[in-house]
Amino acid sequence: MSDTQDSLTKKAPISPDGPAPDQAEGSLPAKRQAVLPDRRTFLTGIAGLLGTMAVSSCTWQEFFQQQFQRMTKKEIEQTVDRLQAEYKQKYGKDFVVGTESPIDGTLFGYALDIQRCIGCRRCVYGCVEENNQSRDPQIHYIRVLRFRDGNMDLEESNIYYDPEEVPEKGYYYMPVQCQHCANAPCTKVCPVRATWTEPDGLVVVDYNWCIGCRYCMAACPYMGRWFNFAEPVIPSDQVNPVTHYLGNRPRMRNVVEKCTFCIQRVRAGKYPKCVEVCPVGARKFGNLLDPNSEISTIIRTKRVFRLKEDLNTQPKFYYFFSI
Amino acid sequence: MARFGFISEVGRRLAKGPTVYYAWVGILLILAATGIVAYTKQLQQGLIVTGMTSYVSWGFYIGNFTFLVGVAAAAVLLIIPAYLYDFGPIKDIVIVGEALAVSALAMCMMFVTADLGRPDRIWHLLPGLGILNLPRSMLGWDIVVLNGYMFLNLIIPGYILWQAYHEKPADMRFILPFILLSIPWAVSIHTVTAFIYNGLAARPFWNASILAPRFLASAFCSGPALVILLYQIVRKYSRFHVKDEALFKIAEMISIAMAINLFLLCAEFFKELYSDTHHLSPLQYLYVGLHGKGVLVSWIWFATAFNLVAFVIFIVPATRKNFATLNFGCVLTIVGIWIEKGMGLIIPGFIPAPLGEVWEYVPTTIELLVTIGVWSIGLLILTFILKIIVPIETGEFTQRTVASTRLGPSGVVA
Ligand code: SF4
Ligand code: SF4
Repeated sequence: MSDTQDSLTKKAPISPDGPAPDQAEGSLPAKRQAVLPDRRTFLTGIAGLLGTMAVSSCTWQEFFQQQFQRMTKKEIEQTVDRLQAEYKQKYGKDFVVGTESPIDGTLFGYALDIQRCIGCRRCVYGCVEENNQSRDPQIHYIRVLRFRDGNMDLEESNIYYDPEEVPEKGYYYMPVQCQHCANAPCTKVCPVRATWTEPDGLVVVDYNWCIGCRYCMAACPYMGRWFNFAEPVIPSDQVNPVTHYLGNRPRMRNVVEKCTFCIQRVRAGKYPKCVEVCPVGARKFGNLLDPNSEISTIIRTKRVFRLKEDLNTQPKFYYFFSI
Repeated sequence: MARFGFISEVGRRLAKGPTVYYAWVGILLILAATGIVAYTKQLQQGLIVTGMTSYVSWGFYIGNFTFLVGVAAAAVLLIIPAYLYDFGPIKDIVIVGEALAVSALAMCMMFVTADLGRPDRIWHLLPGLGILNLPRSMLGWDIVVLNGYMFLNLIIPGYILWQAYHEKPADMRFILPFILLSIPWAVSIHTVTAFIYNGLAARPFWNASILAPRFLASAFCSGPALVILLYQIVRKYSRFHVKDEALFKIAEMISIAMAINLFLLCAEFFKELYSDTHHLSPLQYLYVGLHGKGVLVSWIWFATAFNLVAFVIFIVPATRKNFATLNFGCVLTIVGIWIEKGMGLIIPGFIPAPLGEVWEYVPTTIELLVTIGVWSIGLLILTFILKIIVPIETGEFTQRTVASTRLGPSGVVA
């Protein structure tokens, strides 16, 4: 937004020896003279205009950019080049903005061992670093709810716990993030299709297409979506330059973002960051379509449940009990 | 030439008026300018300047939007008796009602735009250029029906006034289909607006099938109440005259709508209180507070009291037919419904948040200023429309009068 605005309000420099003030008003011929600049004003004007365009050319491209799914291959390439240049300028690092497509025969699913989770919140911060979430104002995709033993009432849960040591006696923990619903209310309500489900089951957002109406936030039953109310701030030395267009590339202000199961990692055959950083291995991830994958085995053999299943959102995020 | 005469006459009429007119327009212009400055600040800094959060993601703007859709829809209540039953006195009021609808719709559009994080991308909504997610998104449908309603409310009075300006009778064969269409359409705009909230399983407070009927019932209280007030102002400052009888008839309709509204509210209360599930929490937050938090509690009780007092005023013929009490009742209704259908509907939908947190919302000064600005622009639009259409209706401003003012005494164009 800020760069759009700047370039829109930026004016070509006005020559100091432009029309004299008395010429600008009064009779018609004088007015006409004022409109027709002399040669020097004209050249300065052109230079200024070209200068402005050079700085903001990407801005115009950004403004007229199509929705990601509608872009041609060439448009995608151009957009990626533009973004990489933009990020390089902003953060002084070489960025990769990947556009890897889903792999046939994959449907990603997630499972979390509720008995093993110790509530350390390493996943929360691993996620922030991996996915370039704004540090100020803070955005966390994962929220670890703490429940008193014997209770699973969301209204009684708490995310603001701060003990000396985890796990605490008498409590258990349940991390919640976007559940990548198969029947996702958030994508249904979006008026411009800025958010959709990819063939591999990942629910993604085209940050350049979102109009910021926040309808998806009202529709999500799991607090899966976050809005950048202000310009996101990520210190250059902390920014992760390995990104995906639909994932962790730096976002702009006033759009919605969310967990993508680390699309930039999982489409390259890696685990999501939260799976990798979990110190107790409570998090499992894999291909639901492969009957021999760990995730399929867990769903088949363990006692699993999904959050708010009565809403028919059909999450691809399973909670399970290992024993 | 004639067209030029019309436009210059419009300009002349807008520029002239009694001192109160200048004062009124002046105040509105100042407030509108303040709103625009506040909105510029919001554009520069982002929605961070509002009180909204990822927990309460819609606030004052959407609250006002919801209320105003109701006002716009209420024009239908006036159309039905006027055209279907040919109830004379109301017919003249319809034009005023439609003027109100047009300005309310303009405000609605300004409010949703003010609420957008990226208004620069509004073109993404244009079918063809962008993508309008139909038939799935209720917001998409809302855009369709609101624009369609705007069109109907421009074409119907536009045509009638055009004919009046040329001193020709309106051809009912041409305009009747539009009038008939506007009735279900008015119902649809408020229904679709209700469905925006209604369809979200994540928000139990809105996810009750009673929501759309309640929307309509409350709209049929506040919209006509505004018309009653507006009409008295119009007839005070112009030669436009409609009998008291028509206003009392509208008041009678309001009393019925209020009875239905209160009944539906009781039905909702019963369901939530008796079943006593977690669905009760938002209602609890609204009326008594939740976990020690409840900024809306005093507001909603005021609104409830206002609505109850207004109901008594409207239901008793003596108070309904006395302008002092009637006007008081109208003001109570408007404020009461504005609170109930605005903040009282939107905010509790978000509280508690889906994972149980209770985060409150209070609009910031910038939000208040932008809101006042939008209302001022809307009232300016309304004032200007009325300033033009009322004299056309009364026959003071027609092609002939324009021609005669343009002719000097010797018959030469001045
Ligand atoms: S959890 Fe929320 S954001 Fe994620 S897919 Fe489901 S509805 Fe959408
Ligand atoms: S905020 Fe963005 S992604 Fe969400 S519904 Fe609106 S346009 Fe779609």
